Formats: sequence, structure tokens, C-alpha cells
Amino acid sequence: MSDEHHATLSPSFHAERRDLRAMGMWLFLGSEVMFFTAFFGAYIVVRSASVESIVHPLDKVLGALNTVVLITSSLTMALAVAWSKRGERAKTGWALLATLALAGVFLVVKGFEYAHHFQEGVFPRSDIFHGFYFLLTGFHGVHVIGGMISLAILWVRNRRGDFDEHYNDPIEMTGLYWHFVDLVWIFLFPALYLL
Amino acid sequence: MSTAPITRVADFYHPEPADFFHKYVWSYDHKVIAKQYMWTAFTFLILGGVLAMLLRWQIAYPNAPVPIIGPLLHDAFFFGADGSITPNGYLELATMHGLVMVFFVIIPLIVGAFGNYLIPLHIGSRDVAFPLLNALSYWLYLPAGLLMFSSFFVDKGAAAAGWTAYPPLSDAAGASEPMLGMNLVLAGIFLAGFSSILGGLNFLVTIVKLRAPGMTWSRLPLTTWAQFITAVFQVLATPMLAAAGAMLLFDRIAGTSFFIPTGLTVGSDLAANSGGGFPLLWQHIFWFYAHPAVYILILPSMGFASDILAAFSRKPVFGYRAMVISLASIMGLGFVVWGHHMFVSGMNPVMGMAFMVSTVFIALPSGVKVFNWLGTLWGGSIRLKPPMLYAISFVSMFIVGGLSGIFMAASPVDIYIHDTYYIIAHFHYVVFGATLFSVFAATTYWFPKMFGRMMNEKLSILHWGLTFLFFNLAFFPMHFLGEAGHMRRLATSTGYEFLNPLAPWNEFITLSAFALGMTQLLFMYNFIYSVFKGEKAPDNPWEASTLEWTIPNPVPVYNFKELPIVTRGPHEYSSPDTLPGDWLPQNAPARPADAPGAAPAGASH
Repeated sequence: MSDEHHATLSPSFHAERRDLRAMGMWLFLGSEVMFFTAFFGAYIVVRSASVESIVHPLDKVLGALNTVVLITSSLTMALAVAWSKRGERAKTGWALLATLALAGVFLVVKGFEYAHHFQEGVFPRSDIFHGFYFLLTGFHGVHVIGGMISLAILWVRNRRGDFDEHYNDPIEMTGLYWHFVDLVWIFLFPALYLL
Repeated sequence: MSTAPITRVADFYHPEPADFFHKYVWSYDHKVIAKQYMWTAFTFLILGGVLAMLLRWQIAYPNAPVPIIGPLLHDAFFFGADGSITPNGYLELATMHGLVMVFFVIIPLIVGAFGNYLIPLHIGSRDVAFPLLNALSYWLYLPAGLLMFSSFFVDKGAAAAGWTAYPPLSDAAGASEPMLGMNLVLAGIFLAGFSSILGGLNFLVTIVKLRAPGMTWSRLPLTTWAQFITAVFQVLATPMLAAAGAMLLFDRIAGTSFFIPTGLTVGSDLAANSGGGFPLLWQHIFWFYAHPAVYILILPSMGFASDILAAFSRKPVFGYRAMVISLASIMGLGFVVWGHHMFVSGMNPVMGMAFMVSTVFIALPSGVKVFNWLGTLWGGSIRLKPPMLYAISFVSMFIVGGLSGIFMAASPVDIYIHDTYYIIAHFHYVVFGATLFSVFAATTYWFPKMFGRMMNEKLSILHWGLTFLFFNLAFFPMHFLGEAGHMRRLATSTGYEFLNPLAPWNEFITLSAFALGMTQLLFMYNFIYSVFKGEKAPDNPWEASTLEWTIPNPVPVYNFKELPIVTRGPHEYSSPDTLPGDWLPQNAPARPADAPGAAPAGASH
């Protein structure tokens, strides 16, 4: 959407288009759910059919820390959405930045975990459990990175004054997406670290 | 674009760009994107067809040099030193023919091209909900297709594990040396799947949110209904394929063993992977997508046929509601029948029983559709124009393909005919006989709106007759081959004594297939000639009632000058309301007697 169009779009247009975009985003997330379902389904099948019990040496503390980090980032994301709807640009910016920072913390912690595995000589090919571990956390990580790119763009656009109380659906849609990324981790953490 | 602020989404459209790049390459206009899909998919259709011709040559004349191109391309691609097709080359051809036709020809044609073109026009909208995503989905599809074909050029050639890519054969780490070709193909399919998902969600939002006033769900043309249901499949089933493909790529590149069992040996060596996975897991995930994909291949065609049969029988489609409900039930059942591809896989026979029952149930909605098409024809004043001929052929070929499908649904019979030419016959009766005939029907039917010109009627009829003839000559005998136990994916049948008596049949099929291929040149010529030099088409050459025909040719970038107000169903033919003519457009004023010139003027805006 180029800016010369933006100037001539009325609030009622934005309200209607927000509904379109929300529906599109929900459908996309539905699609994403199916994507991760295939992985989780395969993981459940392999786990439940494995004769030898899988001993998983994952660090529960780091996993739990990352869970707290991501849930907190969901809170800051929700605040960004709420503030942007009230047109509070400065607060929105800080909330976006906080979400971005927390996502960064998550990835750094994850990076330490990965580095530790590699140091110990544990790779995706080592055993079927670590195959699933790297597959699931890897694709989740890619989604986190995608969300961070989106958050960075939103922060710049927010600073530039693209959003107001009528037009803020990019922030809202990213919010929906970010909560989904969070939710995937909430399934991942018990499935990989605890069970 | 007017200077007054736009207050409704329905009024928004991207103005026509002036420069070539934004007009024809990176266009936001659904009509241009539809044509991009159409040209690309037709090109891939030719390439996929050539692959099929080469396959047939090898089966009929085992290890004989391919005429003309064989000597030219010897030692390259799938050719051996003497210009004949190598056994591995044969498997590459078979694999790539299947993948190209399913993912890069049929789906892009019936969904990407016709879905894109027709949905906004059918529902009375200026564009799809997300024009940018629409452009993106085409520009993911094209590189995906190129990625697929590029695999022919890399070391050791393209994928050769069959289009279903069953591990451990497709799992390089488990089977043989790594092949870059297979990885490229998997990446191509991953991209095409992403494009398909974006397209599907775009269509869903468009149909739900952007229907013109009065375009209720029960007034949607059946083409659009079918696209809606197909889009649900695309959004919910395609990610499964992406996930399965990603896992297979992980197995091949990162050395995981999702689909590799413990203790798998390759030749005499133990596979490098750690094991612990299940080859059957791939089949379950793959078919969870690929069975719905089979319905993605057929549902839109059913939609085209329904609207075209109604328009040329001058009757409303028989049982509109039943048509919609049967589409929806095919979708619902389509998600729970994937196991019927796996009767001989070693899956628990109890599950086979369950999948057999759910599969046989699909015969019900399919039967409803067939009888409703016949009911539509019954007592109509039939106009045997080219689209109608193709559409009737669609129905008859679908009946043949549907009936042979019931044999395969029954697991005891399937154990015998599984992986034989019977399957090839069935599949091609549905996907060539039914779907491609409906593509021809749709192309000739909507051509006047898409390109503002008519296709040559005589050439179309000739093409229809020859295609119908040669198609049946090529594919019907495959039923016999299958019953005689002729395996599919067999580069030469000469090694098996019991197959030797079938060699004349194979030659006959190949000659018919070549004739079928040649016949398509007629269509190609007719299509390209008519795009540029065809006779100028009237705005509504078929006197059809759906909204796209109310738009003057050429269709402006904003589609509808004023958004239509829909008052009627999609098949407004031969009802008392329509007198003195036998049809009314969907947006004709509610009481035609009050309207000036109530006869089919078609220009109600």
C-alpha cells in the first residue's frame, strides 16, 4: 500500500480493512497450526512408539527461563497493540522495543543452548529425539526471527508516524502472530523439556 | 483514483499502472495475475506433456533411441549414450511428470488462473482482498517451477523416487549418494505450497468479505463455491506437505532420521542415520495432504462444469443446494480418507477397513453431483458450443474415473491392482479426462471475457473430438494392463515374461498418446492465434447470467464501474421472470417488468 493512497483512506475504510486483515491473519495462523501439527504429530508417534525410553538432557532451567521471557514479550506486545489503538505513539514505541528486546533475549538463550549441544557433539543427526528437538526449535526460531523483523519495521513506522488510532492494523496483526509464536513455545517446552 | 476519501474497502483498487513493469510483471490486478498464471501453467503443461511422451516412448520401444532429440541430447539429462532413455532417467521422467502436472500445471491453472480471474468478477468486487499477497503468490509459484525444472540440469539429475517420494528411497542418506536434484524439487514444492496457502487464504477472505450487496451465499456461482471449498483445503492441508517436505529435507541434509528406521541397510552397509524413525510416517503425513490435493485438482473443475452446463442447457443447475452440500461433504470426507493410498503399506488392516468405509462414502456426494449434472441437461434446450462439448466430456470422463475409483477404495481389490496401470488409468481419467477437459471448457467459455476475442469454434470442436478420441484410446487400455498385473513405474516390461503379450497394447497406447499430444497443438494454435487475431467478442457471447458478463470488453481495471446490486441466483435461465428472453443477468432489477428494456440487454449498470 503506497502512501498516496493512505492519504485518501477514511477511518471507516480502515475499520473495514482491519476486519479483512484479521480474517486473513487468522487463516494464516490456522495454516501455521497445521504446519506445526505435522511435526508434533510425528513427534508423538515416534515418542510413543520408541521402545527405548528417550533420555533428554535438555536444560529445564533455561527452557523455563525462555518460557517466562516469551510470555512476558506477549504481554508487552499486547500493550503495544492496546496503546497503538489509543494513538499513544511514544508508549507504543517503547512496548514494541521491549517485545523486540525480549525476543532477542529468547534467541540469545536459545543460542547458548545450541552452542552447548554442539560443544558436546550433539547434532540433529545424533538421535531421533535431537532430530525433533532441532526441527521444532529451529522452525520456532525462524518464526521468532520473522516476528523480530516485523517488529523492527513496525517500530520504525511507528516512529515515523504511520499509525494513529484509526490505522494500526499492522501492529495488531503482528500481535496476533506474536501470540501464536508464543503459543507454539508453550507446547514445545513441555513436549521437549519436561515429558 | 478520485480525490475524495475512500470510505469502503469495496471501492478500493490499485489504479492501472502506466509502465510495463508494473502493468505486466509486478501487477496487483487479479486479472493480470490470472493471465500470468495461465501462460506459465500452459507452458509447464507443454513441458510436462513432453515428459509424458518420452515416458511412453520408452515403454513402447524399450531402450530404442528417441527419434530426433535422442541423438542430439545423448548422454545429457535422462538420455543414455545412444540417445535412448536410461532406466534411472525413466524414473526421473515419471517422477517429474507427476510433480509438474499436479503442482505446477493443474492447481495453478484451475485455482491460480481461473480462480483469480473469476472470483472477484463473480462476487462483484473490484479485486481480491489482498492484491499484494496475490502478486506474491504468483512470484513464489514461478521461481518454484523454475527450481523444479533446474533439477534436470544438476549432477545425477532430478528426483526419481516417484511423485510420492516414499522414504527410504527418497531419503538420500538412507538410499544412495546425495542427489541435489531431489533437494531442489523438495524446495520447489515447499515454495509452491507456500504460494498455494497464500492464494487460498486470499480467496477465502475475498469470498467471505467482499461479496457485492445482494450476493448471498445461495446466489454464488458454483464455480466460486467450488473455489471457496478448495481454498479451505489449500489453507489447511498444504502446510502438512510443507512440513513433510521439510522433514525429508532435514533427513537428507542434516542427517536426521525421521523417516529412517533403526538398522536400515543400504546395499550391504548400515545407513549413516541413527534410525528410530518410521517410513510409514511419511506416507501418513504426505497423504494427509495429497489426498485433499486430489480434490483440489477436481473440485474447481466441478464448479466450472456446473456453471457451463447450466448456461448451455438454458436451465438453472439441478439442485443448487445439493451441489453445494456435496462439494462441502467431499471436502469433509476428503480429510479422513488418506489411508486408502496405504492399503498395502503394512498399515494395520483395521485402519484399512476404516479408510475403506470413509472412501466409499465419497461416492455419495460424487454421485449426487453426477446425477445433478445429468438433471441439468435433462429437458434443457442444449446449445452444443465448444465449452458445452468439453463440459459434457468432463462429466462422462469423471464417471469413468469415479467408477474405477470405487474398485480401488475396496481394499481387497486394491491389494491386487495397487501400483499397476489400473491406478494410472484411474488417475488420468480424473485428472486429464475430467479436470483438463474442464480446463478446456473454462478456457473456451471465459476466453471472450479474458481476452476480448472469440476462439475459433470449428478448431475448438475439432480439438474436442480428437482429444476425446485419443484420450480414451490412450488411457482406457491401461485398465486392461492393470488387470493383467502390469506394474507402474517400470522402465521396461521386457524383463517379465507375463508382460510380453501386453507389448502390442503398450505400443498402441503410446501411438494414441502421441496423437493426443499432437492434437494439443491445435488448441495451442487456436489459443495463441485467438489472443491476438481472434474475432472480437461481444460482451456476453453465451447469454450467461453471472456477473462477469455484465462487464463490457475489455474488462476495466476496476471491474465494475458501479458495484452491482445482486437480485438473483447464478443461473437465471428460462424462468417466467426472464420473459420475453430466456435469461437475465444476476443484477437485473428485482421486478423486470418495471425495468426499461427488460429483455437481455445485459447492460444494467
